[in-house]
Amino acid sequence: MATRKCLQLLKIPNRRLFHGNNALLKEGPSFPGAQTTWTEKLSFVTKSSYAPIPVYRVMDRKGSVIDPEGDPQLPRETLLKMYKDMRTLNILDKILYESQRQGRISFYMTNYGEEAIHIGSAAALDLEDVIYGQYREAGVLVWRGFTAQQFVDQCYGNRDDLGKGRQMPVHYGAKHLNFVTISSPLSTQMPQAVGAAYALKGKGRVVVCYYGDGAASEGDAHAAFNFGATLECPVILFCRNNGYAISTPVKDQYRGDGVAARGPAFGIHTLRVDGNDVFAVYNATKLAKKYCLEESKPVVVEAMAYRLGHHSTSDDSTAYRSQDEVDQWATTDNPATKMKIYLMKKGLWSEDEEKKFLKEKREEVMTAFTAGEKKPKPNWNECFKDVYKFMPEHIEKQMNDMKKHVDKYKKQYPVDQYET
Amino acid sequence: MAPIKATSLLNLAGKALHRRQFSVSKIASAKQMTVRDALNSALDEEMTRDERVFIIGEEVAQYDGAYKVTRGLWKKYGDKRVIDTPITEMGFTGIAVGAAMAGLRPVCEYMTFNFAMQAIDQIINSAGKTFYMSAGRVNVPIVFRGPNGAAAGVGAQHSQCYGAWYAHCPGLKVISPYNSEDCKGLLKAAIRDPDPVVFLENEILYGVQYPMSDQALSNDFVLPIGKAKIERPGKHITIVAHSRAVETSLQAANELSSKGIEAEVINLRSLRPLDINTITASVAKTNHLITVEQGWPSAGIGAEILARIMESEAFFHLDQPAIRLTGVDTPMPYTKSLEMAALPVPKDVVEMTKKLLKVK
Repeated sequence: MATRKCLQLLKIPNRRLFHGNNALLKEGPSFPGAQTTWTEKLSFVTKSSYAPIPVYRVMDRKGSVIDPEGDPQLPRETLLKMYKDMRTLNILDKILYESQRQGRISFYMTNYGEEAIHIGSAAALDLEDVIYGQYREAGVLVWRGFTAQQFVDQCYGNRDDLGKGRQMPVHYGAKHLNFVTISSPLSTQMPQAVGAAYALKGKGRVVVCYYGDGAASEGDAHAAFNFGATLECPVILFCRNNGYAISTPVKDQYRGDGVAARGPAFGIHTLRVDGNDVFAVYNATKLAKKYCLEESKPVVVEAMAYRLGHHSTSDDSTAYRSQDEVDQWATTDNPATKMKIYLMKKGLWSEDEEKKFLKEKREEVMTAFTAGEKKPKPNWNECFKDVYKFMPEHIEKQMNDMKKHVDKYKKQYPVDQYET
Repeated sequence: MAPIKATSLLNLAGKALHRRQFSVSKIASAKQMTVRDALNSALDEEMTRDERVFIIGEEVAQYDGAYKVTRGLWKKYGDKRVIDTPITEMGFTGIAVGAAMAGLRPVCEYMTFNFAMQAIDQIINSAGKTFYMSAGRVNVPIVFRGPNGAAAGVGAQHSQCYGAWYAHCPGLKVISPYNSEDCKGLLKAAIRDPDPVVFLENEILYGVQYPMSDQALSNDFVLPIGKAKIERPGKHITIVAHSRAVETSLQAANELSSKGIEAEVINLRSLRPLDINTITASVAKTNHLITVEQGWPSAGIGAEILARIMESEAFFHLDQPAIRLTGVDTPMPYTKSLEMAALPVPKDVVEMTKKLLKVK
């Protein structure tokens, strides 16, 4: 009976049951759970059974290209945009961080130390590729054309904030730039990004999901990896490993070979890159996207970096790391400085141009800042909208009652502070 | 688990909320203590008392907790008793539940209860039901604690009250303390309790000082779970509240008092078990009832209390229908003015009371 059943099964080319049609006939193990070999030697597989995954780079710490093959040879305009966007991000960070410190906005998160990750990856993508960010990806938006004014408007939650003032600062979202609105709870974007990639299969677009070394510990991260692999979704699961999750250093976050080592364990093609090297990030993202589209499969990228700023304005990182450590990274392996040296060596940039650009950009951001601060708040009736797609009757009634009330008692309300 | 995981509003809470204290039970010479320090001393004392007690969560060790509730405990008790975890609420809650099953007494800290939704299966399906499912063989002595409800300026995803969620579930005990005495006495009770206890703190109250009686300062000050406290006796109307809404109610009662209305303010302290007897006894005396809470109205704590009154003898003592005052039925707005408008304030309680009592 059993034999007959086996024979019957053998006729069915069902790969879910057998790894190959003659699985039962070959010498090796034929368990459905693994395609592997036998061994008669009992020993642990340990962390040191494999060499750690190396970090791919193009430039050394001084901005010199090591192997000319690695230089993506980008056109001058692209190179300059990349560098200028990195500096624009720095300027936005400085001004908005200060404005939080002055009590003008409630919260802010800087991007220092991750400029090359944002710009290098964004430059390798197309605008149609969908971004699911975590919260520290403002550079991707800068690259895609989110203006200084739009950044300021979001942080102030004024009339022109695309989010209608409903979210905390830095929770940017821009449908026209295919940038999904940031969600406060960590890692929720990861399975969602895989789902979005599933929906976009075969449409020539990839989804890029950014997350941190801390976020990778959430259960959601494992679900995202596993579903990305099994559903074969064109998603780049892009880890920004900056060494700290708020105060928790990576040694307390994981004991394996970082996040990259998990990729192959899930059957996902994986790259580890120097996150301080904009060209390494660019090349890796380019290759990842090509593979995602050609194979309709996910890729894990782990960009190694160092978070130079505090986690957020609610954090004081001097409580858990030394200023020396921060200074060391800021001066010896700085992603923006590295690119600047590269450009100067190529004769594409000079100290004079730098000064001029920084001055102009600062003025532009300050102008946006002043304008944003003065703008009225969104129309008061916005507070009744968007809880449901179609406004339920009871909410509509509340809104109409309020309108009548405000019309009647205009003088009692600061109506001039709101968009009409 | 959020960016904003440590959106600590310590400064804000400290500045905005050094407000007057209306508790009638205070002692003139009583020592003042912040809610944060009261929680900290409860943890410290229970860790000294019982070696099985340990703290697990994100940022609880070297960083002293996102809101500094565990300040100094890592230095005092070391890595073995104060454990920083990787970022996974589901993960560390599961670890803590397992440790409790095996006989330890974990105190599991969430940066906020908003993030505990990641772990809610462990809290309800595992911690809350294991004693029953194991036919009484395995109990789960564990405390789930952290800030709950609205803080200030942190948006819809950081501002939700989970009182009604957990109070819904048999198998759990749910505490929603108000002041420093509540926090100390009830957290100690929660740690000593043989069952899983959800302990819902309030971020805004962390920095507020309240008087502590000599008794409350002692090492064996433990308050009973499931007992409400009459914060202020009165005869004209019963106001039932929990957590920060107690403060709102006491302020309203103070104002009403100047108009000759004596409100009885009941601080629920526990949401499950719910001390309905204290409420019904009060309603029998005052013949009027208002509930005040910051959570949403639908299927909320107020809804539960009103339903129980309706089902009891107390219903016949009511001169007017009982009223719920709740947070507004909307995701919490980020805008400051709207956020303030979305939560009940003393004026709302005063106006509703006057309306019920038909006083101008």
